[in-house]
Amino acid sequence: MSGYSPHTPADVAAMLAAIGVDSIDDLFRQVPARLRERAAQDRSPGMTEPELRAHLEGLASRNTAAGATSFLGAGAYAHWVPTVVDQILLRSEFATAYTPYQPEVSQGTLQAIFEFQTFSAMLLGLDVANASMYDGASAAAEAVLMARRLLPGRRTVLVARSLHPQYRETLATYTRGLDGIDIREVPFAADGRIDLTALRAGLGADTLCVVLGYPNVFGVIDDVPGAAALAREAGALTITATSEPLALALVRSPGSCGADIAVAEGQSLGLPIAYGGPGVGLLATREQHLRSMPGRIVGETVDGQGRRGFVLTLATREQHIRRERATSNICTNQGLCALAVTVYLSLLGRNGLRRLAEVNRRGACGALARLEARGVARVLGGPFFNEFVVRVPDAGARFELGAGRGVVPGFPLERWYPELPDTLLVCVTETHGEAEIERLTDLLSEARRQPRSMQG
Amino acid sequence: MLLDEPLIFERGSAGRMGWAVPERGEGPAEALPPELRREDDLAGFPEVGELEVLRHFLRLSQWNYSAATTMYPLGSCTMKYNPVVNEALVRLPGFAHLHPLAPEALAQGALELLAALEAGLCAVSGLDAVCLQPAAGAQGELLGMQIVRAHHVAHGNARRRVLIPSSAHGTNPASAALCGYAVTEVPIDARGLLTAEAIARVMDESVAALMVTNPNTLGLFEEEIEAVAAVVHGKGGLVYMDGANMNAIMGVARAGDMGVDVMQFNLHKTFSTPHGGGGPGAGPVGVRSLLAEYLPIPRLVRRGQELVWSEDAPKSVGRVRSFYGNFGVLVRAYAYMTRLGGAGLAEASRLAVLNANYIRARLEPVYHRPYDTPSLHECVLSDRHLQAHDVHTLDVAKRLLDYGFYAPTIYFPLVVKGALMIEPTETESRETLDEFIDAMLRIAEEARTTPALVRDAPHKTRVARLDETRAARRPVLRWRPPAKPAD
Repeated sequence: MSGYSPHTPADVAAMLAAIGVDSIDDLFRQVPARLRERAAQDRSPGMTEPELRAHLEGLASRNTAAGATSFLGAGAYAHWVPTVVDQILLRSEFATAYTPYQPEVSQGTLQAIFEFQTFSAMLLGLDVANASMYDGASAAAEAVLMARRLLPGRRTVLVARSLHPQYRETLATYTRGLDGIDIREVPFAADGRIDLTALRAGLGADTLCVVLGYPNVFGVIDDVPGAAALAREAGALTITATSEPLALALVRSPGSCGADIAVAEGQSLGLPIAYGGPGVGLLATREQHLRSMPGRIVGETVDGQGRRGFVLTLATREQHIRRERATSNICTNQGLCALAVTVYLSLLGRNGLRRLAEVNRRGACGALARLEARGVARVLGGPFFNEFVVRVPDAGARFELGAGRGVVPGFPLERWYPELPDTLLVCVTETHGEAEIERLTDLLSEARRQPRSMQG
Repeated sequence: MLLDEPLIFERGSAGRMGWAVPERGEGPAEALPPELRREDDLAGFPEVGELEVLRHFLRLSQWNYSAATTMYPLGSCTMKYNPVVNEALVRLPGFAHLHPLAPEALAQGALELLAALEAGLCAVSGLDAVCLQPAAGAQGELLGMQIVRAHHVAHGNARRRVLIPSSAHGTNPASAALCGYAVTEVPIDARGLLTAEAIARVMDESVAALMVTNPNTLGLFEEEIEAVAAVVHGKGGLVYMDGANMNAIMGVARAGDMGVDVMQFNLHKTFSTPHGGGGPGAGPVGVRSLLAEYLPIPRLVRRGQELVWSEDAPKSVGRVRSFYGNFGVLVRAYAYMTRLGGAGLAEASRLAVLNANYIRARLEPVYHRPYDTPSLHECVLSDRHLQAHDVHTLDVAKRLLDYGFYAPTIYFPLVVKGALMIEPTETESRETLDEFIDAMLRIAEEARTTPALVRDAPHKTRVARLDETRAARRPVLRWRPPAKPAD
C-alpha cells in the first residue's frame, strides 16, 4: 500500500466499533450499489517513492527545451531567482496553510499578503492593491469586470491589438455571458505603439475602458499617458496589463501614466517559468475604487490589547457573503506565488531592482546592436525594455531549427499576428551572457543569408 | 515563544541590497527618454540584507498554523498531507525551466504528463474529456458554466436560469451570475438532501443547468442524484457538479455514472497539492463527450507519435488564462495520483470517510447534529447545545486554536445555524483524531463550567481576537512611507 494514511488494521477495527458498523463498506450505504460497482473497476497499483522519482525524472528529461539557450519571453520570463526565495516557499507553515480564515494563527500569511499588497501598489504606482489574482490574463479580465461595476451604463471595451493575445482571449471568455459587452480592437502603429488616431476615433460616450499592454506584447513601452488622456476626455477608464513587471523598476509606473486600474503577471518576479504556471496576478487601483475591487484583501487592525495584526477585510464584496451579487467568483488568492514575489522584491529591494532592470535593458540594447550590425533589422521600433521584434526570413522554420540545435531564438510572431510574417520576438535578460548573445546573432544572421530551401 | 517582527518596509538601511545583481551587458545603454523613466526611483522599496529577509519570513512562517504542523480540519477544503516528495519532483529543471512557447517536440515529457493526468481524471470521474487550464476551483466553475452556456447557445437558446441547492457554496451562484444566469435556489429536504421532486417543481426549459455538489456541503451523498439528473435532462438542461468534495468518492462513485455532464476538480484538495495559504490551486474541468467541442483552447492532441497543442476548435469557449494552466500544481497532482494508483485513491476515500464518521460518532452525544443522514468525508455539527451558556460556534473555533488545532469551517453551510464543518481527511491517525475529539469535548465542558474562558479565546496565540470592524471601517491596506517632518 503506497498511500499516505497511517491506519493499521487494529485502528480501523477500533474505529468501526466506535462508529457501530461492521465494515467501511457500510459507511457508503447511501451510495447506490450500481454506482459503486462501476466505480470499482480501476484498482491499479501505485508506485513506491523511488519508482515515482524515476518515472518523473524520465518525463522531465524529455523536456530538452528546458536546457536550451532560450530568448523566449512573450508573457513568461527567465530570470535568476535568489535561493532564499525557494527556501521560504518550502516552509510548510506557508505552503500547507490555507486562506487565513482564523487570523490569530495565520498572521504569517496575513502580514506577508499585506506586504505583497504594498509592493503591488507601489510598483504599479497606485493607491491600493488586492491579495492577488490567478495570473495576469485573468487579472486583466477581472479589471474589465471591475470597470463595468464602476461605469455600469457603458458597454464598449477598446482593447489594443498589441495586448498579449492570450490576455485578449481570456477577456473575451470572461465577458461573453454578460449583456452587451462589445469588445473592439485598436490597431498598433508602425512603431508598435497604440494607434492614437484610431483610438480617438473609437472612443465615445459608450466606451467603458481602454485596455493596453505596458510594455505591450512587442516589448514596446506603449504610450499610456497619451491613451489615458484620450480615455479620460471620453469619460472612460484606462487599464494597463504588464506581463514583464521588472520593466516597472525603470519605466514610469502605470498609475503615474494615468491608469485607473493596473494589472500585472508576477511570474517574472521570483517564480520559475514552469511551463507557464503558476504565476500570480497583481491588481491595483485608486483609493476611490477600492470597494469595487475583486478578490481577497488584507487590512491592518489591532487586537484587544492594542497589538498590530492583520485580517481579511471588506469581505462584503465577496462570493461567500454576496453570492450571485459578488464582485467576483474568486474565493482565494494565489498565496504562495504572491509570497514568492514578496520575498523576491524584498531581497532585490530598491537598489537591486533598479540595477537588475538596467542590466536587462543594457543586455537587450547590446544584443539588438549586434544583430543590427550583422544586418538583422528591428521592426515595430518604439522604445523597449528587454524584448524587441526583428525581421528574420522564415522565422517559424528558423525557430524550430534553432531549437533543435539548442538555441531558441525568440518567438515567431506570425503565429499570433498573421500580419507580421518573418518576425521574431526576442527577449534578453540577465540570464544571457556574451556567449549566448553570440549564438543568437550567429543563428539569426545566418538565417538572413540562407535561401528559403534550407528549411527544417 | 514567538518573536516579534516588523514589516519588511520598517527594516533596513539606505543603500543596502539583499542580493548582488550580476553585472552583465555591454556598455551603457541608450538612456530612456526622461518622460518614460520611473517617477520615484522605487522610493519606499526595502533596502535590506539577505539574512534580514530570510529571518523576516522565517519569523512570519512561525506565526502560522498549517496542515503540516497541526491537524487542519477545515471542512470542504481537504487539508490532507501534501507529500514532500512532490516538492522535489516539481523542481526538476526539466519542469521548472521549461518555457511554455518552446517547440512541442522538445517538451514531450511535459505533454505526456499532462495527457496522463487528463486520462487519470477521466478514469476517476467517468467523464470523457478534461481540460487542465483553470487555475482554481472557482475558475473551473466559471469555465464549466461557460461551456453550459455555449452548449445552449449552439442549440438556439442560452436559457436564463440556473438551479442551485440552498446548501451550495457561494462560488456556485457567483459563477452562474458571471455567465449571465439568474439563480433559482432549490430547498433541500429534512434529510439534508436534494430530491427529484424538488427539482421537478422548478425545472423547465428556461433552466440551463443544475449546479450540484456531491457529496453535498453537509457531507451527505445525494442519493437521488441519478433521478435528479434525469429530471434535468428531461427538459434539456445540463448537470454541473462541483467536485470540491470528491475526496469522499474516489473509486466509490463516478460523476459520469451519476448523470453529470460537466464538473470541476479541485486538485489542491483531492489530489493533495499544497494550498499555499490561498493558492495556487488547479481546477480542471471534465465533460461528457457531447460538450468536449466547447473546451478551451489549446487542446492537447496526439499527432502521430507526438503530442501537440491544437487551436483548431471553432466551437471552443476560448481560454480562461494564459498558457496551459498551473503546470507546477498539475505535476504535483499527477505525482500523487501515480503514487497511489486507482487502488490507493479508493483507499484514501474510504479512510477519509472512516475518519469523519469516527469524529461524528464520538462528538454527536455532546454537539448538536442537524441531520442524521450518514456522513461521508466530513461531518457538520452545530453550537445549539452550547447556546444556553452563551457560547457560540466562533468561540469553539477560537478555543480549538489554544488546543493546537486549526478550526473547522464555521457558519457554513448556511442551512445550518452555527455550523461547524469538520473534515479530518484520511491522513490523520487515530491518535490525532482522539486528541482533537478530546479537545472538542473539553471545550463543551468548559462552555458549561468556565464559559468566559471559551468566549475570550484564543489565549495562547500571537495575537488575541482582532478588531475586524475597525479593519473594514477604516481600511489600512498597505504600508506607506512615514510623512517627512514639516520644514
